[in-house]
Amino acid sequence: MTSTTTSAATTEQAVPAPVAATVDYLDRRVGLGFAIRGLARKLFPDHWSFLLGEIALYSFIVLILSGIFLTMFFVPSMAEVHYPENALPVTMQGVEMSEAFASTLNLSFHVRGGLLMRQIHHWAALMFVGSMVVHMLRVFFTGAFRKPRELNWVVGFTMLVLSLLAGLTGYSLPDDVLSGNGLRITDGVVRSIPIIGAYMSYMVFGGEFPGTEVIPRMFTLHILLIPGLILALLALHLFLVFWQKHTQYPGPGRTDKNVVGYPLLPVYTAKAGGFFFIVFGVLALMGATMSINSVWNYGPFDPALVSAGAQPDWYMLFLEGSLRLMPGQTEFVILGWTLSLNVLIPAVVVPGLLFTFLGAYPFVENAITKDVGEHHVLDRPRNAATRTALGTAFLSVFFVLLVTGANDLVATHFGLSLNAITLVLRVLIFVLPVVVFIVTKRVCLSLQRKDREVVLHGHETGIVRRTADGRFYEVHKPLDEYERWVRVGHHVYRPLELPPREDARGVRRPGGRADGIRTRLSRFFFEDRVEPVTPAELAAAQSHGEHDELPAAPEGSSAAELAGTRGTSH
Amino acid sequence: MSALARSRRHRFAPMLLLAFALLVVGGAYTALAPSSAQADALDNADAGKGEALFIANCATCHGPGAVGTDLAPSLVGVGPAAVHFQVTTGRMPMQASGPQAEAKPPQFSEDEALDMAAYIATLGPGPSIPTEEQVDPALGSAPNGMLLFRVNCAMCHNAVGAGGALTEGKYAPSLMNSSPTIIYEAMLTGPQSMPGFNDATLTPDEKRDIIAFLMEQRGTNPGGLSLGSLGPVSEGVWVFVVGLGALIGCAVWIGSRSS
Ligand code: HEC
Ligand code: HEC
Ligand code: HEM
Repeated sequence: MTSTTTSAATTEQAVPAPVAATVDYLDRRVGLGFAIRGLARKLFPDHWSFLLGEIALYSFIVLILSGIFLTMFFVPSMAEVHYPENALPVTMQGVEMSEAFASTLNLSFHVRGGLLMRQIHHWAALMFVGSMVVHMLRVFFTGAFRKPRELNWVVGFTMLVLSLLAGLTGYSLPDDVLSGNGLRITDGVVRSIPIIGAYMSYMVFGGEFPGTEVIPRMFTLHILLIPGLILALLALHLFLVFWQKHTQYPGPGRTDKNVVGYPLLPVYTAKAGGFFFIVFGVLALMGATMSINSVWNYGPFDPALVSAGAQPDWYMLFLEGSLRLMPGQTEFVILGWTLSLNVLIPAVVVPGLLFTFLGAYPFVENAITKDVGEHHVLDRPRNAATRTALGTAFLSVFFVLLVTGANDLVATHFGLSLNAITLVLRVLIFVLPVVVFIVTKRVCLSLQRKDREVVLHGHETGIVRRTADGRFYEVHKPLDEYERWVRVGHHVYRPLELPPREDARGVRRPGGRADGIRTRLSRFFFEDRVEPVTPAELAAAQSHGEHDELPAAPEGSSAAELAGTRGTSH
Repeated sequence: MSALARSRRHRFAPMLLLAFALLVVGGAYTALAPSSAQADALDNADAGKGEALFIANCATCHGPGAVGTDLAPSLVGVGPAAVHFQVTTGRMPMQASGPQAEAKPPQFSEDEALDMAAYIATLGPGPSIPTEEQVDPALGSAPNGMLLFRVNCAMCHNAVGAGGALTEGKYAPSLMNSSPTIIYEAMLTGPQSMPGFNDATLTPDEKRDIIAFLMEQRGTNPGGLSLGSLGPVSEGVWVFVVGLGALIGCAVWIGSRSS
């Protein structure tokens, strides 16, 4: 079933002489043949959700290509200039502005293809973070982060944080009102950190905000340091995917010990290469037809200004939302020091909690399951009900923050009162995750029950039969092995049964406290569960199901299959 | 007979002369008309008809003689500009009570609005309807307007006048379809939650600059579709709906051609 053999067929074909000569040359010097044979043997499971990471990868390549173009024309300087009287756009003629802003205008209106490149770059940035987040959700909900891939999760998480920084620094470069507002907020957030805040702000801005240093500094970070780090981590990330092999969805013949898929060369490479052009094409189309960050609308930065609808790019919107959500009365003055909880909590504590949850989740889950086995077959989200519910609860918090960040637009577009929306969202941020958690968990468990049901009794066919003695029954069509494999193969964790904190004589044992917490968490995770069908149950169900006239699945093989795929760890 | 004398008798001469005379009169009229448009606007208006319209349509709220009631403020001294603004944008006569009087399709013609404006003008002096020249965007400076707009208006109306939310369900409307006269009158009279900008805060020239800036926003957008000029939030929605949507669609397609 593993398709390693498909690649063998392709090696026999006749190759043009120059190609053969080149390959031979390289083979003799760098052992290319070995590498290609290795790659051709490498299998990659195929599923659309495994392409999400690739969207991020290709957006990143587009970012780098368009970014190189932009650096040729952008001037990272805060020196004041007057925009030429004869240059476009009309609304900026003769206006005093920084060189950074002037060069951005020039890039947009006078450099051929400049505006296209700017817009592609910005769309690609939004797409990069967007696809990364969706990719991460895929990894999260399928449990792809479990051993041995926790490290790669951390690498990915670090890239996520770095790409938010890349976005923030890039967004600030044009020095328009909106980007200046963003920097102003950054300044406020840094200052809200107790004691060291003001010093740190001076350090970041090289003096009082906004100063004249910040744009050149951001520029260096944005074009050199951050992309460099992302690139290095990306290489590590992909190497780890390659080295540890890709995970696969549960399916016939797929176990934690094999990989079922297509060879990397040529099938997968061809698909991936084609997909690059699709991503590039979509981004180019968006850049060509949809305007983004039209800085000339906002005008050059002036610290005194804010306009309605001032928001950051979507990936920073949760921070904006968090700030908007926080009641403003929580600022205290203690012994002459101002403690701005109204900024500190929403802009430092809240994102701190969210990101800690993300970064630490694989390790937390592992501490709870105490699972030491390797996992290469993905979970179906419903089979990890608590994890899935935690994930959706997390998303609901994120979503509430996004909506709060856009509360003014929600107000105007749905004809609602801004104050009422904010009040409702303040309640929702606490209530919604709990509700979402409970609902998701219930849904997952019922889906599992449904799976049990289907495995035991087969699919409903809608055909109702009447027996000779007048009873009615519905004909059920039994599952074939393929369908059954997916539904019974998973492992079910049970709450840990750790020894009690105190022994029989009431003496506390070392580590008892930690175990107590662990037991409680483990109960939280695994108390409610639905056991998958065991072979015995299946046999029992099939033996009394003889009134189903459709033929049952071949007996012996399915039972063996079932036994073979039941969870194996501890 | 000299050539000149001969041409004077040419049979087209009278017609040429007539055309010339018309040109002079027309030219003189257009040259003079704008500066007297204000006077004209209300000169042709009939305060008497205006009063009748007012009593029929407005007095229930604003009271007889426009002195105000519990329902609506006095209009004595608000000036013709306020009436013209409120009536031609359809805000008055007010209908549903809500957080703010909404603009709707106007109920009265321009002439009727001017009649009522003339009537209110007889009650007491107030800001008058601007002349054509005062609101001509071609005479204003868009860059200066941009600077003024950012300082005075953008916090409510958004950077390019796309509109924005205020507290308690009130909002600053989009300015994308407001006529130059309406923009001028809005600044002059400060309707509802909007502050008024009298000629000391924004000189007539500066008001015209703002109009020039706003008119400049209506040309084609250099970057393509403007997506409502709402800024990063709408961009974020688009990248997910259009961009990522399309790409995930492609991914599903690529993924489906396999196992
Ligand atoms: C349903 C009651 C109602 C009717 C009918 C009505 N108005 Fe009003 N009008 C109001 C209210 C209330 C306000 C105050 C709104 C505000 O500024 O908050 C107002 C404000 C105004 C103003 C602005 C006053 C200022 O201080 O600038 C003008 C001008 C005006 N109305 C003219 C008219 C005219 C002309 C009509 C008739 C065509 C009319 N109104 C009919 C209720 C009404
Ligand atoms: C405090 C917020 C605020 C500021 C500042 C402000 N406006 Fe307004 N503006 C409003 C509100 C609210 C309305 C709606 C009033 C109504 O419906 O009666 C409005 C209405 C208008 C209208 C009428 C639109 C139409 O077609 O119906 C125009 C034009 C306008 N404003 C222009 C301006 C200009 C120009 C400036 C700057 C000089 C400005 N505004 C400053 C809040 C503001
Ligand atoms: C710079 C942005 C990123 C790029 C370009 C990227 C790229 C990729 C690619 C191409 C793959 C293999 C295909 C796939 O499963 O989608 C992959 C796998 C993986 N990524 Fe990422 N990724 C990025 C960010 C992240 C983030 C933010 C996380 C999580 C915090 C993450 C965690 C993982 C894990 C655990 C795998 C292994 C998945 C498996 O084998 O099933 N990645 N990544």
